[in-house]
Amino acid sequence: MHDYSLIWLIPFFPLVGFIVNGLLGKKIGNEKVIGAIGTLAIAASFVVSCKMFFQLLGDVEKTHEVILFSWMSVGQLQIDWGFLLDPLSALMIMVVTGVGSLIHLYSNGYMHGEEGFYRYFAYLNLFCFSMLMLVLGNNALVMFVGWEGVGLCSYLLIGYYFEKKSAGDAAKKAFVVNRVGDFGFLIGLFTLFWALGEHGVWTFQFTKIAENAHLLPAGGVVVTVATLCFFLGATGKSAQIPLYTWLPDAMEGPTPVSALIHAATMVTAGVYMIGRMNGLFSMAPDTMMVIAIVGAATAIFAASIGLAQNDIKRVLAYSTVSQLGYMFLAMGVGAFSAGIFHLMTHAFFKACLFLGSGSVIHAMHHAYHKAHLHDDPQDMRNMGGLAKKMPITFITFFISTLAISGIPGLSGFFSKDEILWWAFSSTRGGWILWLIGFIAAGMTAFYMFRLVFMTFFGKQKTDARAKDHVHESPLVITIPLMVLGLLALVGGWVGIPAALGGANRFEHFLAPVFEHAQETYGIHSQHSLHAFEFPLMGCSIGIALVGIFLAWIMYVKNPELPGRLVARFRWLHTAIFNKWFVDELYDGLFVNATKRLGRYFWKGFDVPVIDGIVNGVGWLVQGSSRVLRFIQNGQIHSYAMTMVLGMVVIVAVYVFK
Amino acid sequence: MENLVQLAMQNVNFAAIMPSLVLCCFGMAILLINVFMPRGKTTSASLISIIALLVTAVVSLQGWNNPQFGFAGHVALDNFATFFNMTFLLAAGLTILMSDDYLRREGYPIGEYYPLILFSTAGAMWMASGTDLMTIFLGLEVLSISLYILAGMFRHQLQSNEAGLKYFLLGAFSTGFLLYGIALLYGVAGTTNVADIGLYLSAHPAMIGNPMTVAGMLLMSIGFLFKIAAAPFHMWTPDVYQGAPTPVTAFMSAGPKAAAFAALMRIFILGLAGLQSEWTSLLWGLAILTMIIGNVTAIYQTNLKRMLAYSSIAHAGYALVGLVAANAVGVSGILFYMLAYTFMNLGAFAVLVLAGKKGEENLTLEGFSGFGFKRPFLGVAMTIFLLSLMGIPPTAGFAGKFYIFAGAIKSGYIWLAIIGVLNSAVSLYYYLRVIVYMYFKDPQEDYSWVSMHTGAVVSIVIAIVGVLYLGIIPGKIMEMAKLAIF
Amino acid sequence: MITVNHYLVLSAILFALGTFGVLTRRNAIVIFMCIELMLNAVNLSFIALSHHLGNLDGQIFVFFVMTVAAAEAAVGLALMITFFRNRESIEVDDISMLKW
Repeated sequence: MHDYSLIWLIPFFPLVGFIVNGLLGKKIGNEKVIGAIGTLAIAASFVVSCKMFFQLLGDVEKTHEVILFSWMSVGQLQIDWGFLLDPLSALMIMVVTGVGSLIHLYSNGYMHGEEGFYRYFAYLNLFCFSMLMLVLGNNALVMFVGWEGVGLCSYLLIGYYFEKKSAGDAAKKAFVVNRVGDFGFLIGLFTLFWALGEHGVWTFQFTKIAENAHLLPAGGVVVTVATLCFFLGATGKSAQIPLYTWLPDAMEGPTPVSALIHAATMVTAGVYMIGRMNGLFSMAPDTMMVIAIVGAATAIFAASIGLAQNDIKRVLAYSTVSQLGYMFLAMGVGAFSAGIFHLMTHAFFKACLFLGSGSVIHAMHHAYHKAHLHDDPQDMRNMGGLAKKMPITFITFFISTLAISGIPGLSGFFSKDEILWWAFSSTRGGWILWLIGFIAAGMTAFYMFRLVFMTFFGKQKTDARAKDHVHESPLVITIPLMVLGLLALVGGWVGIPAALGGANRFEHFLAPVFEHAQETYGIHSQHSLHAFEFPLMGCSIGIALVGIFLAWIMYVKNPELPGRLVARFRWLHTAIFNKWFVDELYDGLFVNATKRLGRYFWKGFDVPVIDGIVNGVGWLVQGSSRVLRFIQNGQIHSYAMTMVLGMVVIVAVYVFK
Repeated sequence: MENLVQLAMQNVNFAAIMPSLVLCCFGMAILLINVFMPRGKTTSASLISIIALLVTAVVSLQGWNNPQFGFAGHVALDNFATFFNMTFLLAAGLTILMSDDYLRREGYPIGEYYPLILFSTAGAMWMASGTDLMTIFLGLEVLSISLYILAGMFRHQLQSNEAGLKYFLLGAFSTGFLLYGIALLYGVAGTTNVADIGLYLSAHPAMIGNPMTVAGMLLMSIGFLFKIAAAPFHMWTPDVYQGAPTPVTAFMSAGPKAAAFAALMRIFILGLAGLQSEWTSLLWGLAILTMIIGNVTAIYQTNLKRMLAYSSIAHAGYALVGLVAANAVGVSGILFYMLAYTFMNLGAFAVLVLAGKKGEENLTLEGFSGFGFKRPFLGVAMTIFLLSLMGIPPTAGFAGKFYIFAGAIKSGYIWLAIIGVLNSAVSLYYYLRVIVYMYFKDPQEDYSWVSMHTGAVVSIVIAIVGVLYLGIIPGKIMEMAKLAIF
Repeated sequence: MITVNHYLVLSAILFALGTFGVLTRRNAIVIFMCIELMLNAVNLSFIALSHHLGNLDGQIFVFFVMTVAAAEAAVGLALMITFFRNRESIEVDDISMLKW
């Protein structure tokens, strides 16, 4: 018999790390000790995760619930602090703790000498704890605890350099946008709760929801509304249209944070959530269609913005948004395991890319610091030729770039191709979805190689005074890079599709989670289209090569070409460079409108009545709050009057009822 | 003559009033001791008060599952009263812990402060254990009169004067309505005993629709709704909370509110069960109004004490939802919620007590800029309390709201629950703003005046433990709350 | 023939007068006196009802109300005096520093 009762250790270790570093970190003071505590905490939970994972691999029974203790019980409704281990969550904990461990290790070098080192590690551990709760929770409320927790940590870590105004603003933006999403999540949750309650099933437990989902009419309004609300929650957390704008700004946080939270783990929570409730989503074809369209649109939209950015982290941020779009596209067309597959490979190569860019930024920053310059260490236009200076960073970065571009044999190729194939052939897909994904793939190859060429190839464009100070980062930074680079190379081999002679072990592993829903609601790739599988694969390899070739022409062969093109298509470049003006659009539509409303109330109503009694109320909104506040005028008479009037109204209601 | 004494003694059962008796004895002893203490030395008084509260807690727990009745059905120390007694004692204890250094800082080291807290706690206990309108009324007045003095205790501060006077005038005004209501009910039922009123009404259903009964109920509830700070009888709350000394505000936000809920629940559920459709429709409307007014008005506040005052109005609204539901989950949810609210709100006020300068001009949003990083422990503590007030899991506030809204849903008040949840969403805005200021604004000050006084820190730690315990393992306390209701 | 109803009506009128006074008078002491009027109106009801019902509960209640009113008066006047010392006024219009 297999024993999973120790599963609680997985989130427990990071929690201990958080408590120790959070409470005693300032007293300990020594960076080595703090870093060791933080890293060992997550490494320990990685070890436990490995044990659980391999145990599950050899187990016949694939779904295990471990109840820690009862949380709340109301009537028949019983909510526990419990964990759910099935192939999906096992895979997620491997990714979270594995990539998490590497990034903790990396942070030891990257954050060296930063003020509040202990704070950083405490938050990072807290994040891992919350993420593991999100992934392992056996019911939606525990998941929600994690969901809120990762949001809070992301907020704290984006605002880590809180002295910088932009960092504080970015953190707030992330939080507010995420709240919109969380609201959707909650509404969805309660809609579902009530809907199932009508049939006598009061539960938040995922297994029970899945068991009883058939009580609700498939494709009905309730399921569609609930899943749409869940999806709104996912768009907030996973940065999809229309709630994606916070993610690029979130790059204000330290780079390892971007790698862990804003590339590998937290932003994939939305995808995971859809995977967790795949049975429910499968019942709502309309929602699935919305998801697929939003995913595809995000993929191409974000990729197009990535084409023209000059900040190395921003390119990666838009690339992340775009790749998340692919995952949602996969979920939308019912290719659940392909989406999760891409989630995993993306975690490898994107974490590697972010950490690599961090290594570059670290080196540039160091060099500028030595030369007493204040240039932007993240601007790619100041880089170039770094391949020779930073060989390890370059090689790992290059491998990951090949992986994300979809070059055959690397991890990204298998997962992305799987998604594109399903988008084309699935009973819930369509050739237009495939086409969008296909074009976005070309863009991806282009902007990623543009990034590589601008950063690592050509002449070094760094200021001459700083030039010679650029060199390779220390081992503690490069070791995680090497491991992740290796994973980016081979990580996809577990999912080589049958068409290429592989066994697609990945899909088989996840099958117990997804098979049922896919079979029940007839989601599969259509047999009539199987002849297209190889040609399509060829096409996507082709467009990746075309993208790379174009990047090569523009940024290596003929470096003046981009300038000429920009001059020729100025309007297009301006639009792309400014992210299609979406931020401005949102500002104009929502933020400014509310501000103007607030100002109108202020000028037209406030100033004549009470001038400047409260500073800065002008920009606040909601006239109702204002009116209510002024009833509270400090006069005993009006208070007594309110009481009497209230009473009179109440009596009147009773009399005339 | 002997027969008369025997007759009188038959009804005497000191066990039923032992907790409040102990507390009052201690209070009077401290009053006496204060006479012999040098001016300005209040630490010993505060320590004795803590001991008094602990002794009272032990005594009170004797009543758990061992109900004591006495004085011709005027008082009962049952599970219900015991549960509430614990809440009051907790509120008083946390208040006293945070008070000593505060009083010295503000320049009012007055020994009488502690007995007054004890007396008002005793008053609250009578409200919870009173089974006769007379006892409940007396408890309410003992509670209120002590609080009038406490609110106005900083006698050279105009704000404190004003708070005391406002509270007094409006409180006395509401007492008038309460008494008139009681008189009318007495006229209908011929008794002031809660259970007997219930018996009378069930025996004479015709009287239920009588205007005199309904008017009596309405007028009487005003007195309690005033204490609960339910709209539209909430108007005093922000002003008094802002002006009163901070620990007193902390106590007022938890103790009397819980006491008024206790009395209201006993009267409505035991005495006026026949009028349930009347009072649920009344409370239904008031709960919504209270939640909306509290939350919406809080959005504009920049003074944190005032903001917490509006927030306490909003929380009264949430708790009223449980009474509207009037089923086991909702009603025991109120007991749970009051305990949870005591932990989280007193914790938040304890942080304010420590963070304030003399005169407390700095207890504004601006004044908290960068506080979280300069004072990490207090910052984290405040964050936990605010998260709990928002109702974010896994904190006590979440569990409390969960039970109450679950109760409402169970009784079919789904819209009420939805409005409650929407209101919680609104409340996020102003609670979060405090966190934003604490962590994302550049510190304007070095907060060097904040010294970690033992008493206040202990109360913060107790509050954190309570908030997390009730949030993570609420089951056990909820079981007890279920045993405590009628 | 004067019945209990007459007393009750009188009591209601007195109560309403008291309420009206609280709402209109400016001086805190007068307001307090109006509140006392309200309490005594209630006392009148209690006694009339007690007589009418033939049990003593109402009259006992009246004793308590009077005691409480006395205690309230002591505290209330003390509060008014401290306020007057600082503000040199007990007009309720001046008790309005705390607002909004």
